[in-house]
Amino acid sequence: MSLIEVRNLSRLYHMGEETVYALRDVSVGIEKGEYVAIMGPSGSGKSTLMNLIGCLDSPTSGEFILNGIEVSEMDDDELADVRNRQIGFVFQTFNLLARSTALHNVELPLVYAEIDSETRRERALEALGQVGLGDRVTHKPNELSGGQRQRVAIARALVNRPAIILADEPTGNLDSKTGVEIMALFEELSSRGNTIIVVTHEEEVARHARRIIRIRDGLIAADERISPEDRIQVGQS
Amino acid sequence: MRQAEVKESFVMALDALRANKVRSALTLLGILVGVFSIIVVMTAIRVMQDSVESSLSQLGANTFQIQKWPSMRVGGGERDWQKYFRRKDLTFDHANALVERVTRAKSIGVDEGLWSAEVISDYAETNPDVRLRGVTPGTFPGKNWVVESGRSILDADVDSNRRVCVIGAPVAKKAFPFGSPLGQTIKFHGIGYVVVGVLEDMGSSFGSEQGNFVLIPLTTGLNRYGWKRSLDFVVQAKDQASFDDVQSQVRGILRTIRKVPPGEEDDFDMVSNDSLITQFRSVTLAVRAGAAAVSSIALVVAGIGIMNIMLVSVTERTREIGVRRAIGAKKKNILLQFIIEAVVLCQVGGIVGVVLGILGGNLTSLFLQLPPSVPLDWALYGLLICSAVGVVFGTYPAYRAAQVNPIEALRYE
Ligand SMILES: Nc1ncnc2c1ncn2[C@@H]1O[C@H](COP(=O)(O)OP(=O)(O)OP(=O)(O)O)[C@@H](O)[C@H]1O
Ligand SMILES: [Mg+2]
Repeated sequence: MSLIEVRNLSRLYHMGEETVYALRDVSVGIEKGEYVAIMGPSGSGKSTLMNLIGCLDSPTSGEFILNGIEVSEMDDDELADVRNRQIGFVFQTFNLLARSTALHNVELPLVYAEIDSETRRERALEALGQVGLGDRVTHKPNELSGGQRQRVAIARALVNRPAIILADEPTGNLDSKTGVEIMALFEELSSRGNTIIVVTHEEEVARHARRIIRIRDGLIAADERISPEDRIQVGQS
Repeated sequence: MRQAEVKESFVMALDALRANKVRSALTLLGILVGVFSIIVVMTAIRVMQDSVESSLSQLGANTFQIQKWPSMRVGGGERDWQKYFRRKDLTFDHANALVERVTRAKSIGVDEGLWSAEVISDYAETNPDVRLRGVTPGTFPGKNWVVESGRSILDADVDSNRRVCVIGAPVAKKAFPFGSPLGQTIKFHGIGYVVVGVLEDMGSSFGSEQGNFVLIPLTTGLNRYGWKRSLDFVVQAKDQASFDDVQSQVRGILRTIRKVPPGEEDDFDMVSNDSLITQFRSVTLAVRAGAAAVSSIALVVAGIGIMNIMLVSVTERTREIGVRRAIGAKKKNILLQFIIEAVVLCQVGGIVGVVLGILGGNLTSLFLQLPPSVPLDWALYGLLICSAVGVVFGTYPAYRAAQVNPIEALRYE
């Protein structure tokens, strides 16, 4: 069984009289260790799919099996638990706690995972090391550059060793050079066996992945593998 | 709940407080005033209470006093005054009857304030605030008077109206600064008395020294100042166990010799340390109730302020709530976080209020020259009340925070 099994998933929004189909009958499978980009025009349903895969939202109909667990029927507390253990979120706007240090931001998921403070610190420092911020742990977000903030956010996503890392437009707020650095970091994480799903507008960004799922009007329009020749790889030195 | 989560909430609460200093300070002010007003009053009362109680315990253990006038009156007025005024005097004969007929008392004495004036010795003169008191030998144990040097007043002194006296330590110090007063003569209100004893120092209370008096045989005093007056009797029981017995025996005898018809109330007052302390407490009860009312109103108003500020805080931090929910916080985690934040907010105000209240309340100790008092129990109640205000008024905003939809929260600008 795949890591992510989406079967006939639909998500409807009722806007007064009108019904908006954000997703219609989507089925897709993603294996452990894959690096997938989700692309599509604005309003096509990318974020909606991400929210469902990220267990922030429940589908109107259909099934979603994550890591062998049926999550479409779970209650709020159970979903929170799944998010905590299985999902690492990276957002376009970083979403760090402004008044907390990098270390505290990264420790936060472990607080909710009920992990003792010593282990928490250890693992947060390890995650910050992995994203190359071992020397910035006591900095607060406003003392870090945009790229560094996104690295802190990635460290936070990694720290509880999730099954999937979900990034919604992770380079959207960064200049292109910094964006490339972040994509390099994702590549590195992918090469270490992490499953990564990145939502993006940009073909350039998507081509770092090994597979692109294109969405249009709530439907999967294309699902293509990128051949190694087409793939953009940031030189790792 | 888990410790790490509580600590996290606590740290976040202090961060939020620091980030919005002015706003938090204004909100805290209400709590501060509420807690301050109750603590300041309670501290002031406690200061006085400690002192009133210690000065009331001038009466020895298991001792009660019988007097025509009550010690403290609550309310009352003209009609009560007339009732007391019409009572028959308590006379030396009554006292002697008690001495004869009460079987289980350890001592029975008479104490009567006669005059206030200066004491003149060959060497010095005191301030004119020394009291002259007529007593009998039985008064000493009941009043906790201990003769340090010389002797006490004896029955023989009373029987033959001797012009002798026992003086309190402060009088001895002032009138005889250089040597022993024993055998010397003092002059009080124009009459000479030979000093036969000096009492042990009894310290001071309410800023005035205890023992600033001259004790002479009752009969000597009454001959000089007149017999037509009501005396106070001092009765000491052997022990706690016989206290009630002795009291009822004394009551029975007095009622008989003063011909009080059965069923009618006593025509005299019996007071003990306990009854005086109880009366003091009932006098201060009204003050306490007033303080409690004022501070309850202040705390409710403050609580509404807290609720308001917490609702603002929840709105401002919608995104933070979204992030926390995304990385695994459950609704109850968010709920707890914001309740703790409200409680911390209240506690900070409460702690300041308690500290200022205790300091303010102890101003009375400064003015009245009493030992200061730190009412730890009230400090604790103050902080508990603060927590309660935090929980009561923080729950609704926290509930709102917990209900925030994480997806919308993450999109919130
Ligand atoms: N809370 C909501 N209520 C109503 N309609 C919604 C809601 N959220 C999303 N939609 C609708 O669902 C559709 C898909 O939205 P979604 O946010 O998934 O698009 P997207 O592909 O992420 O777009 P973008 O690239 O702009 O982020 C849109 O038509 C949107 O208007
Ligand atoms: Mg989107």
